[in-house]
Amino acid sequence: MAEKNNRKLCIIASKGSLDMAYPPLILANAACMSGIEAHIFFTFWGLDIITKKKMGKLHVATVGNPNMHPWFHIPTLIGALPGMSALASWMMRREIAKLDFPPIPEFVEMVADAGTRLYGCKMSMDMMKLTKADLVEPAEVLGAMEFLEISEGAQTLFI
Amino acid sequence: MGVLDAVKFDAEGYMVDPHEWTPEIAKAIAESIGIALTDRHWVVINFARKEFETNGEAPTLRRITKMTDVGTKELYELFPGGAAKVAAKISGLGKPTGCI
Repeated sequence: MAEKNNRKLCIIASKGSLDMAYPPLILANAACMSGIEAHIFFTFWGLDIITKKKMGKLHVATVGNPNMHPWFHIPTLIGALPGMSALASWMMRREIAKLDFPPIPEFVEMVADAGTRLYGCKMSMDMMKLTKADLVEPAEVLGAMEFLEISEGAQTLFI
Repeated sequence: MGVLDAVKFDAEGYMVDPHEWTPEIAKAIAESIGIALTDRHWVVINFARKEFETNGEAPTLRRITKMTDVGTKELYELFPGGAAKVAAKISGLGKPTGCI
């Protein structure tokens, strides 16, 4: 009856909008809850999710985002008006809180506490002039080749 | 005869009837997966059982960490190998379905 689980999940989080920050965290958390080893490699805009100054301020894009339904359907021209992105982000935060999902900073801490390993992509960090000190604890800095070594034999998702 | 001999489990090791659960059964299930229950385990187990008896369903891990003084890190240390699944098994509750 003992839990025996050799599964491993490696997620590449490449997007930093509020709506796209949740899937990697939800999946990694679900993996930990089921005893599956989880790793998230944050690259490019995905780095915002673990960057201290950005993680609490992620937004939903209202322009060029065809996935607004069913919260509300905004024509692109209206979505471009000042304040619309803030409004959409506020609505999404409210809906997520109703489901008892934590805000992003708390969620990142939760998945880390649950055992998920977090990595900032070295190349993206160099490009954005970020250092390890800009990332939330306990994120590590990792190159693409090293991530490939870690993800050997894992299920890998690109989000 | 062991405590567990009369208890029905499904193929994945969850108790078929959560109402048959007793603290002795919890101890025996925990032992069978290599966990010696401490007071801290019981904080989680008792809360899960109380929630089940009140709402008819097992609490999510997030609810456990919000409503008890057991934090996420400790919860995973107490129930290694997948806290949600292991805690549900020992608490005699069905396979957890919550996403959080």
